[in-house]
Amino acid sequence: MKQDFKILGTRPIRPDGLEKVTGKAMFGADKSATGMLHARILRSPHAHAEIVSIDTSKAEALAGVKAVITGADFDEVENRWTRYTMQNCMAQGRALYDGHAVAAVAATSKKIAAEALKLIEVEYKTLPHVTDVDEAMRPGAPLVHEGVKGRKLGDDVSGNTVGYYSFGHGDIEAGFTKADKVIERNFKTAATHQGYIEPQACLADLGADGRGELWCSTQGHYMVREVCSEILGIDASQLRVTASEIGGGFGGKTTVFIEPVALKLSQKSGKPVKLVMSREEVFRATGPTMSASMDVKIGMDKNGKITAGHAKLRYQGGAFPYNMVMMGAMSAFACYDLENVQSEGWDVMTNRPKMISYRAPGAPMATYGVESVIDELCQKLGLDPIEVRLKNAAREGSKSSYGPTYKAIGLVEALEAAKAHPHYAAPLPANTGRGVACGFWFNFGGQVSVSMAINTDGTVNLIEGNPDIGGSRASISMMAAEALGIPFERVRTIVGDTASVGFSDVTDGSRVTFAVGIATINAAKAAIKELCKRAAMIWEIDAEAVEWVDGAAQPTGHNAGNFPPMSLAEIAATSGKTGGPIAGHHEGAPDKAGVSFGVHLVDVEVDPETGFTSIKRYTAFQDVGKAIHPAYVEGQIQGGAVQGIGWALSEEYIYGEDGRLQNPGFLDYRIPVASDLPMIDAVIIEVPNPGHPYGVRGCGETAIVPPLAAISNGVAQAIGKRLFELPMSPPKILKAL
Amino acid sequence: MRYVVAKDSRDAVALLGETAGARVLAGGTDLLVQMKLSETGPALLVDIKRIPGMGDIIEEEGGFRIGAAVSGAEMGAHAALKAQWPGVVEAVELIGSAQVQGRATMVGNLCNASPAADSVPAMLAAAALARIEGPEGVRDVPVVELLAGPGKLHLADAELITSIFLPARVPQSADAYLRFIPRTEMDIAVVGAAVSLELDENGVIKAARVALGAVAPTARLVPEAENALVGTKLDASALAACAAASSAACAPIDDKRGTVEYRTKVAGVMATRAAKIAYIRAGGTL
Ligand SMILES: Cc1cc2nc3c(=O)[nH]c(=O)nc-3n(C[C@H](O)[C@H](O)[C@H](O)COP(=O)(O)OP(=O)(O)OC[C@H]3O[C@@H](n4cnc5c(N)ncnc54)[C@H](O)[C@@H]3O)c2cc1C
Repeated sequence: MKQDFKILGTRPIRPDGLEKVTGKAMFGADKSATGMLHARILRSPHAHAEIVSIDTSKAEALAGVKAVITGADFDEVENRWTRYTMQNCMAQGRALYDGHAVAAVAATSKKIAAEALKLIEVEYKTLPHVTDVDEAMRPGAPLVHEGVKGRKLGDDVSGNTVGYYSFGHGDIEAGFTKADKVIERNFKTAATHQGYIEPQACLADLGADGRGELWCSTQGHYMVREVCSEILGIDASQLRVTASEIGGGFGGKTTVFIEPVALKLSQKSGKPVKLVMSREEVFRATGPTMSASMDVKIGMDKNGKITAGHAKLRYQGGAFPYNMVMMGAMSAFACYDLENVQSEGWDVMTNRPKMISYRAPGAPMATYGVESVIDELCQKLGLDPIEVRLKNAAREGSKSSYGPTYKAIGLVEALEAAKAHPHYAAPLPANTGRGVACGFWFNFGGQVSVSMAINTDGTVNLIEGNPDIGGSRASISMMAAEALGIPFERVRTIVGDTASVGFSDVTDGSRVTFAVGIATINAAKAAIKELCKRAAMIWEIDAEAVEWVDGAAQPTGHNAGNFPPMSLAEIAATSGKTGGPIAGHHEGAPDKAGVSFGVHLVDVEVDPETGFTSIKRYTAFQDVGKAIHPAYVEGQIQGGAVQGIGWALSEEYIYGEDGRLQNPGFLDYRIPVASDLPMIDAVIIEVPNPGHPYGVRGCGETAIVPPLAAISNGVAQAIGKRLFELPMSPPKILKAL
Repeated sequence: MRYVVAKDSRDAVALLGETAGARVLAGGTDLLVQMKLSETGPALLVDIKRIPGMGDIIEEEGGFRIGAAVSGAEMGAHAALKAQWPGVVEAVELIGSAQVQGRATMVGNLCNASPAADSVPAMLAAAALARIEGPEGVRDVPVVELLAGPGKLHLADAELITSIFLPARVPQSADAYLRFIPRTEMDIAVVGAAVSLELDENGVIKAARVALGAVAPTARLVPEAENALVGTKLDASALAACAAASSAACAPIDDKRGTVEYRTKVAGVMATRAAKIAYIRAGGTL
């Protein structure tokens, strides 16, 4: 299915670049309104406490304060999941984690709002808390919520255990008996934050007439509309949500944290309300990802064939029920074609902020465990880690560990590329190790709407409903231009607000270039059909006798050659006289997203006297199906690798005995800085996804899956000892030495 | 909150004396961050940056006098200072990023009194003197005698530091500063170590000063480590003794930035590594 493209695969200048580098782009906190109030949120200092009473009277009496709200201001929400979201935005009855919102103020200035917070008197009765996943799961642990224990779970786990999943096939016990070597290990990973640069911010205006306007930094403004209109009890049609430019999300902006609060304050005060989180609030009260405790057992024969694999994943997802361990259990062994495999997962609640998606949610930790044990088996059996992975790699026709049978996939191609790359053969200096790991991500399809207008000057406007978090306006314009046969520069894509184009699912799951791409191609097809019809009308021949070639209508069949081709611009110029504006649109829910695989190769050097690890060389290979705009794709691969490096070496949520977060800031929550990193070499592999007309798979998430294991494997080689816990901070490494 | 630009140091002393809670503002890279976090500023900010002479680096008695408003970037650009006190300058240059360097001062670093401040161990190793001006007049005090505890200096009310004096050096002497941070930039020292050495013509260490940061409530000199070095050519046993003495001098806290065990071990590592750099800078060969 190799296709020749004119525009896809080129690297045009990004359409949002100039605005962003000149500071013109409008992010969440950049919008203001006349008469606007500033809001602040009061947060619990306790890991777990009953809210005995809240006295807001002194705050309300302060000059300049226009509204104060607490959990009591929100009505009962029927849908259980929406209720959790609402109670995460504003505690009702109990504060469930350090940083949980308990009240909010809107005032005429930020300063007054801050002063008003100090005047709110909250009486807490502290309750026992739990922040560690294994402790939380143990029977008798303090319960975060009652009555939400997962069905079918026994007395061996506490009521904090809200879900259980199991995937696999074959007979693992039989498989282990066939192995020459079986290794079982326990792993732990810390909770990490998405670390987007832009804190959550919004401007809400909800009038007495029930009409609302909301501007916010989000990965899905339709999601914001649905959730907020449900929480506030207003019609979806009355709440128009506009997504601002977004300063990063990585999954962290796929839910709401502040929007219902700002809307409620606006409703109560009758004024527009701006609410901007501080970095500390972002760390304490928005979603990090899950922390994990895992047991992984794998058997291998002396030729490197994996005879059985078994993973038990216990994830901690914070103070409300969630179900993300499922993704971890599904992806744990997804890279391999195995006869005997089982992966199980338990979702566990703790007194920590509620988790939210973080790039390939659930997969990096599970993969860390599995790829570490495979690496250790390779070491013990004296086998090459890439050869072993090639021997076991899933291919087209393999039954995946989580059920489906794979169509065309590119893991073998990525492994072959890694094996042949000069990096793999480069000599290793002293104290240096080379780690290899594979990773998998599903990629998603989902609901999508696109509306395309052909302008009379031959240009095209396209409206889509997915916030652009990774360059989708460029790739969508490119796909539109390719489909229509016109230059890229003639297309302008914008992200419409919720009143301007149909529903679109959240920008997540690496779905946008895939799903919006399909909708764009279909919208272009509809527009082309109309363009051909107009040409036929002008030529006075049958519409069926016209085809679209290279951006122009041309007669076919017995009319072929009778008229010179008529370009899109020519047809559009007279559209007013041939039946009015020409447009195309498409709404759908494409579901044939192609899974994608990556292989990461990393050289790490460990200082034997301080335990400091530096990344010396990094090469990431990834099958993306088709790279529409390769520079963006490389950026995605590099970004995933870098976030994985942070997860492996330095990023972690640190809790004390008191259950309070000790590092709510970028100083002690250590994201790698530029000088910590080498250039990440991204190698794009293209095995087209048969489920997309151009072969697109989606590429944003896979790259964060392999690095945790790749780096750990590299460290194991460098120091001759293996760590089983992330992050591998210098004190932990030195201790191991 | 009031903000006043002091005309001269006496004016600054007077301003500090007349308003309770008044604070000196130098580069502001600590103070402004603290003000932002607390949301309530001090009653009075006394800006010393425009006091004549406060921004100067001048040669004095073979050494250097560095004004309290001199930024890290200015110290880094001063070739003669850098040649004479490379360790002090490299310690100051480690502070923050390029943006922070444009404003941060060595005196501000000292006065903020963080146990992890980078320039303080370097000043101790350099036997630096602080010139202090206050209602009672002017006095010169060794920097080491000013250190009182986390966030605390032995400064009286309405006193300010107007300059730091780095003494003259004999030939074949040099200093070095090294710190350990979990990242390569933008971090706080888990351990800092400064070493200043004087060699004789045979490369034997005649005099040594070793100072550690971030391993005790204040930066401290480690005489036992100094003794381990003097009279040696920095051979393996001298280095081992220096490391052991440095580790033994640690009384660190256990916190999210490093365990007691870790800081103690790495203090020895940093001290010996800094000693090697200083030794080579002073003309020794290893
Ligand atoms: C991003 C960032 C990174 C940083 N990285 C580092 C680092 O790597 N290492 C490090 O050690 N520090 C670091 N710091 C802290 C800070 O930059 C340094 O401590 C700096 O040297 C402070 O100098 P300043 O001139 O900005 O002090 P200011 O903020 O102006 O003052 C600091 C304190 O000293 C007092 N003060 C200032 N001058 C005098 C004076 N002449 N007499 C009496 N009191 C005075 C002030 O009142 C205040 O209490 C960093 C800060 C930031 C924001």
